[in-house]
Parts: sequence; C-alpha cells; structure tokens
Amino acid sequence: METVTITMKNVPALYLEADNISPDAFAGKTAAEIAGLSVHEGNTTSTLGKYFDVSGNAGATAADTKIVVKGDVKKVKYLGFKMTAGELVIEGSADLYVGAWMKGGKILAKGDVAAFAGLAMKGGEITIEGNAGNYLGAVYRGDWRGMSGGKILVKGNAGSDIGMYMTGGEMVINGNVDVHLCTHAEGGKVIVKGNANSKVGGQMVDGEIIIFGSIDTMMPGFKPVGEVELEVDGTKAKFSHFIGDMGERHKKKKGQVIYANLYKKI
Amino acid sequence: MSEYIIKNGHVFDPVQGIKGDKKDIAIKDGKIVDKVGSSAKVIDAKDKTVMAGAVEIHAHIAGPKVNLGRIYRPEDKLFSCTPTHGMERMGGGASIPTTFKTGYEYAKMGYTTAMEAAMPPLFSRHVHEEIRDTPIIDEGAFPVFGNNWFVLEYLKNQEIENTAAYIAWLLRVTKGYAVKVVNPGGTEAWGWGLNCLSIHDPVPYFDITPAEIIKGLIEANEYLGLPHSMHIHPNNLGNPGCYETTLDTLKLAEGIKAKNKFGREQVMHLTHTQFHSYGGTNWADFESKAKEVTDYVNKNKNITIDTGNVTLDETTTMTADGPFEHHLTGLNHLKWANVDVELETAAGVVPYIYSPNISVCAIQWAIGLEIALMMKDPMRCYITTDHPNAGPFTRYPRVIKWLMSAKARETQINAFKHKDKVLSQTAIGTLDKELSLYELAQMTRAGPAKSLGLTAVCGGLKPGMDADVAVYNFNPDKPVANPDDIEKAFSRCAAVFKSGVQVVSNGEIVSNGHKRTLWVDVKVKDNAQVARDINEKFIKYYSMTQNNYEALGHHFVPNPFSLEVDATQV
Repeated sequence: METVTITMKNVPALYLEADNISPDAFAGKTAAEIAGLSVHEGNTTSTLGKYFDVSGNAGATAADTKIVVKGDVKKVKYLGFKMTAGELVIEGSADLYVGAWMKGGKILAKGDVAAFAGLAMKGGEITIEGNAGNYLGAVYRGDWRGMSGGKILVKGNAGSDIGMYMTGGEMVINGNVDVHLCTHAEGGKVIVKGNANSKVGGQMVDGEIIIFGSIDTMMPGFKPVGEVELEVDGTKAKFSHFIGDMGERHKKKKGQVIYANLYKKI
Repeated sequence: MSEYIIKNGHVFDPVQGIKGDKKDIAIKDGKIVDKVGSSAKVIDAKDKTVMAGAVEIHAHIAGPKVNLGRIYRPEDKLFSCTPTHGMERMGGGASIPTTFKTGYEYAKMGYTTAMEAAMPPLFSRHVHEEIRDTPIIDEGAFPVFGNNWFVLEYLKNQEIENTAAYIAWLLRVTKGYAVKVVNPGGTEAWGWGLNCLSIHDPVPYFDITPAEIIKGLIEANEYLGLPHSMHIHPNNLGNPGCYETTLDTLKLAEGIKAKNKFGREQVMHLTHTQFHSYGGTNWADFESKAKEVTDYVNKNKNITIDTGNVTLDETTTMTADGPFEHHLTGLNHLKWANVDVELETAAGVVPYIYSPNISVCAIQWAIGLEIALMMKDPMRCYITTDHPNAGPFTRYPRVIKWLMSAKARETQINAFKHKDKVLSQTAIGTLDKELSLYELAQMTRAGPAKSLGLTAVCGGLKPGMDADVAVYNFNPDKPVANPDDIEKAFSRCAAVFKSGVQVVSNGEIVSNGHKRTLWVDVKVKDNAQVARDINEKFIKYYSMTQNNYEALGHHFVPNPFSLEVDATQV
C-alpha cells in the first residue's frame, strides 16, 4: 500500500469542498497529479496543491492507497467522499461530510468530525476518536435511504439526529448522544454506551437501539415487553426491552409483525 | 433574420411523405422555405438524419405540483446539478429538472414544442411563470376540467353549450391550450375519501358519473372545434385489471366525429396508455392487456394515444389523480404530498423507483413498448414517458433505442431478475418489430402535431411551416453496430433550429431562442348564465377574487401565440 501525505499549508478563508480527497480520486496518480485535482472554495474552483503540500504517490488502485491528512482541516468538507476502498487518516478535526456515501475502505479521524459524517454510507469503517456532530450515519435531506451498511465507531460523544433513516450497518458511540436517535430507522443497530437525550427511535419501523446509560424521556410509542440478558460489545448485562414505534406502520416478515427493538440497560 | 440551408441530410418528414431522401432544408425568417440565397449559412448534414423539431404531447414540466416535487425532493437534485456553462444557466434535478434544465434538455434532444399536461386553473399564473422561465421550447398547458364544479353541474343537466362557454372562458383566463381530464369525478370524490374506479361510479354530491363527464366534455370540445381533442387520463389508473375501465372509456367516443378547422381527426386522446393497459386481479397475476387496448384503438380512428413508457429509473410521480397518489404511498411507503385545489382539482406527488428487479416494474416496461409496437398507425400513437411519472423525458433516446432495436429489448429482458415472468405476462418477447426512422418521425413529430391541431405550425418540414428542425448524428444508410449508438445519437443533436434560430450546435445550447406560449383563444356567443355562475362561484367559494385569477400580460405570457377559434356561429 502506498501512502500519500497531504499537509495543510494555506488554510482557506472560506470552507473548502474537497470531494477529491479520497483513495479513489488519488489512485494511479503521482503527487504532482494529485496536487492538480480540483477543490472548491466558495464559488471558486482551484487545485488541491494551492492548499496542501502533497508528498508520496498513490497506489495503482484505491485499495492500494492510504491518505494521511495533516494540519488544520477544520474547514475542509467531504474528506473520503464516496470512497470505495483504501485508507484515510485524518490527524486532526474535519468539517462536514467525512466519509459521506462511502462504500468501502477505512477512515480514521483522530480529532472531531462535524455533521453528516458517514451520511448514507453503504460499507467500510469509520473510526472517530473525538466527537461526532449531528446526522452521523444519517440521510441526506429529503431522502429516505440513510446508512445501509458498514461500521461507525465514535469514541467521544455524538450529536443529534444520529442514524436518521438508517436501514443497515452498525454504529457504536462510547459517549452520549443528543435528541432524535434513529428517527425513521428501518434497520441497522446503534449502541450508545453513554446516555441518550429524548425522542429515541421516533417513527422507527425496524432495527435495534441499545442504550447503556439513561434515556432522558422515553417516546410514548415504545412499549415495554420485558427484560432480556444480552451480550453487547463484550459486555454481558440485563436490559429492559421495548418495541415500537407503535404509532408507525408495521412491516410483516413471514407472517410476523416487525417492530423496532430498543434495549436499555437496567 | 438569418438564412440557413441544411445540406445533404437524410430527411424524414411524414407531412410531405419524405422517407430518408437526401434533401436540402432551407430556412428564412423563421420559416421553412423552398430556397434561400447563396449567402445563406450552410449546415452540413451529410450522413446525418434530419427531422422536424419533435413535439411533446404530454409531460408535467411546469406548475405547482412540479415545483412541489422539486421542493420536497432535494435528493433528486443532489448529484444531478449542472453548473453555468456557455449560454446555459445552472440547472439541477434528474426527474424534476429546473425550468432552465428542462428547456435545455428538450432542445438538445431535438424537441421544440412541449405541452404541460395538467394545469390547475387556479394556479395558472404559477404555470405560466414556469413556462416563461423554460427557455427555447414553445409550450402550451392543458387546464384540467374533469373534476371542475362548473363542469360537473352543467353536465349533470347535459348543458353542452354552457360547458363550452365555460371552457372558452377558462382557456382565455388561464391561457390554456386544451381540455384535460384526469380521473373524471374520482379526484372530486377523493374530497369525500372516495374514488371513481369505473366510469359508472357516481361522484358524491354532484350525482354524475365519469361516463357523463367524459362524453359531455368530448361534445363540448367538438361544439367549440378546439385544435386538440379532449385529452384523458381515465379512471382506475395503475390497478391490475384497469384495461376494462380503459376500454369502457374509449367506447364513449364511438360515433363522434371530429369537427374543427385544424386538421385534427380524433375526438379523444388517451394519455399514458401503459398505465391503463393492465390485466390480472392483483400484483401476483398482473399481466399486459396492451393487445386488447391497441386492438380497439387500431380499429377506431377517432382516438389517438400516447405510450407512457416506463424507463426503469428512480423518478417522481405527480398527478391530478389525488386518490391514486394516496394509494401509491400506501404501496411504497415513500413520502407523499397532496393538495386540494378548491373547486377545480387536486394533486399528489410520491417518489417511485421502477426497479428492474421487481417483476411488476419490468412488466410495466414491457407494456409501454408493446403499445408502441402494436399500434398499426404511428400517426395515432406518440412516444411519451408521462414525464416524470413513468420516467424522466430525458430518457426518450433510450425508449427510442428499445423501439428501434429488438436486440436492445432482448438485452434488457435478459437483465431482468424476473425475466420469465415478463415473458409469460406480456407479449414483448414475441414482437420483433423495429421502428423505422419514418415511423419515429410520425410518432414524435407529425403525429402529435396533428393531434394537437398544430399541423400548419410544426411537426413537419413543409415550406411555410415554422423552421423547427433537428439534425441527428445518425446515418440511416449504415447498419447500427451497437443499439447504444441509437441512444447516443438521439440524446444530443448535431444542430437544432427553433423558429429559424439555431439553438443547439454539436449538442451545446447556443441560443435561448424566442420561446412562445401556445394558447387557444375561443370566441363564443355571450352567455349571461355562465358569466353569472362564474361571478357567483368566485363570491361564494373561491379563495381569491376573479381579478386575481387571470394569467394576463407580459409578466405571465410575454410571448403569446394564440390559435383562434370562432364558435359564435355554432
């Protein structure tokens, strides 16, 4: 695997839309060619090289390419956008849309990421060592196809509207989450090791939420159905089991009515 | 204005019966002429196909429900935006493109005239603002009449003359082009939570049946002698077994003859026939009845149809058939928007994905093609996708590919997940017909123009007609090596002229032309009763005054082109 290191040298005055910073766009290119890829600052299109020092050549394919992003990229959006393979390491914190529409490969963000990370992702892995913003693994505005595959791990906290319209894949948040977890979800699994704010699983049709901490206010659409013992992420514990959202439509699979499952650690 | 001569192209023009002969087309002052001077600009069309500009007879491209689709589907624009480029403004949207993109895309494919298929009269101002903002193509809009309270009340008492006077008034104030009917009575019944699924289901309160509405509107249309016929989306759209309702609807036109000065021969235009040609009793035994429907239409010369081809895309359905959209959201669970338009109509919008992996969608795809291939007279069957309902209009080149190449159809059939079901439930596998370019010109130019009463204006290349000309990078003398070449050729024209102005060159927009709004100006005898009824309805029921109703003046209709009809002597 070849490594390309890009280091921020001119922090943009506005926000930088850098949807070309992905192993797929870099694959098969030399450092000089990579520096020539387009980025957008406001309504101006310029080159990656204007903002970043680029060193190292990319591998022949995305899978053979690792990108290391250094320096202050708090104003850079779309890192790892639509990537299908390879690796991306962000040494600091990044702006919106990290790994959005991602299909494969690995992203490691050592700092925080802003909203819409892993948006509508289909596969691959994202690890965020800091905090994640709102709409993590959620859905683009208006769409109904949220995160459908892959894995997201957040070591810190995450914001609101996490997993909105999620249909598959798995998310683990070691810290707390804000309101509207898994709204409209129709599949997938979200584990929150900390606390969740209110409106957990509103209009959820299918899928699973596991909360280790507290839930600020339970949705009235979730019905308690008993207690279960589960082994989650290596921890064995007892959980209260709820099904819902009773106010939403219910699918049937093989004659069985399907509900979303919510487990809260006792 | 400049003079042009399009030289040495293979010309296909059903209006003059030209079938691919090498011929020069001369353009002067916006019209096709016999010859031009030696200074005329030469367009080399050697080894290319030359046709009149194409005519779209049915698409939803302007107005409140189209815009509602744009507003509530930001995801439709997400990866389909085109930045400012040369003459072109930025555009966006795949199934519901912005007005600018709509104009550009039609023009690049060689379309120069398009009809907005359902204008809610109350929102005609909005429709005309969007038409104004759609560059290049001439456009008209069909106001909807099938659920209008005036119409329901007049026709209940068989008052054809009053219905006609009301139609004349409404066409004038909304700058409308034709009488459109959508789920007659059913959309009004939806106000009571009901629907009319057959032509004999009574409309609540109004105590009239769809059959009476349809027949009455045909008669009123012929009483006035409008350029286009009554244009219908029948009851029971999209349900298994709906072909029987379709046949019942078509039979209402029996024995009625067209009466007009525009050369139109039909009294009923059946739109998006694909959605109305379903057999079976449920989605499991769903099957094609394209043969039954086209057999009937083939025998009855006073009917024209358009296809409504499913293009196997993710799209946005939108119709004035309010109850149908509610039914659809129940089937696919996707977001639903619905509006009621006071005394006139309603509309709904629901996204839809025609997946090649779902047998029903694949069967729908086959039915649309069957209809086009089974119709014996291409002058009475026109290619549409009921944009955006069965697919975006930008897919016409692909539909043309499927119609012109049995090999392309076979490739698609083999790609279906439920191939066997498609072959058992439809006759698509038995049809080896391949459309000729002449037939294509009939189905996309001469035919729709004739049906719309625009024979003298567009759809042909006869001297005196508007100089709407499309030149395609398609050599009819050469065998088609790969069916995809057909799609490519019809996607981007080598050159397009709109009213004598070159608007497209090498697939790029080079002028925004002088787009016109087509409407029908009917003079009728003074009718005090209708005038009084209109006045009373505005005072009693409408949420706006009559003064704010009319689409009038430069802001709404900056470049009108009216077809005059005198019905005062009837």
